Amino acid sequence: MSSRRSRSRPSGEVSRITEDQIADLVSKLQQLIPELRSRRSDKVSASTVLQETCNYIKNLHREVDDLSDRLSELLASTDTDSAQAAIIRSLLM
Amino acid sequence: MASYSISNPETNANRSHESKRKKRRKIEGENHAEAVTTEKNRWKTATEQQIYSTKLIEALRQSRRTSSSPATAVRETADRVLAAAARGKTRWSRAILTSRLRPQLGHKKVKATGGVRWKKPAEKKREPVLQRKLRVLRRLVPGCRKISFPNLLEEATDYIAALEMQIRAMATLAESLSGPSVRLGSDLS
Repeated sequence: MSSRRSRSRPSGEVSRITEDQIADLVSKLQQLIPELRSRRSDKVSASTVLQETCNYIKNLHREVDDLSDRLSELLASTDTDSAQAAIIRSLLM
Repeated sequence: MASYSISNPETNANRSHESKRKKRRKIEGENHAEAVTTEKNRWKTATEQQIYSTKLIEALRQSRRTSSSPATAVRETADRVLAAAARGKTRWSRAILTSRLRPQLGHKKVKATGGVRWKKPAEKKREPVLQRKLRVLRRLVPGCRKISFPNLLEEATDYIAALEMQIRAMATLAESLSGPSVRLGSDLS
């Protein structure tokens, strides 16, 4: 029975995350953010990466909203034939 | 003319059973690592973008008349098609698909009481800066309010890649729709 205790409690372990883990994940995230890709990873703090990630996602959301706006206007004004031609064109691009 | 699969049912069943077991073990081992990398790259392929564009146009054509404003209808459709494209493998996609089923009353309540309980940062910092930014990130990625930090970063990674593809697809679509449509006939002939 005591040998089973070698496995640590799963629920307790999840909250304690090692610094190494954080650093690893943060560096991976840094590669995705265009702002931070050129900066050296030892000069960028985890806090900066998280901040830039949040900003970036907010920007992406805003772009999607703008595009939705534009698409809704365009779709309202075009007829079916032009819409279908547009689909074909966009697929060929 | 019976097909070859029927000719030896017993041996075939045994063989497929064996291979299935082996395959399953192999897949389970490789699947996790492969799944993460292929998921990340998937959003970057042109094929994925084209599939998304097609499905988006179809969904938009079917949902022309909705109660909310046309822009939000487009946004919601785009998000829904994007979440469907994830094929249920990520938490944010599942959260988007299920959130359509219930009204957003709970969400609004959180925002309203948030201002009252806000502690001034000049006082003793109850919450370290990193935790605060994590909380913002959790709010931005759908369905990730309670998952662990490593999982949150994985979800955010996939979510960002998916959003970028969504933007590329919608921008291309908007470009095509706003350009002149008459020239297409002459190009093809």
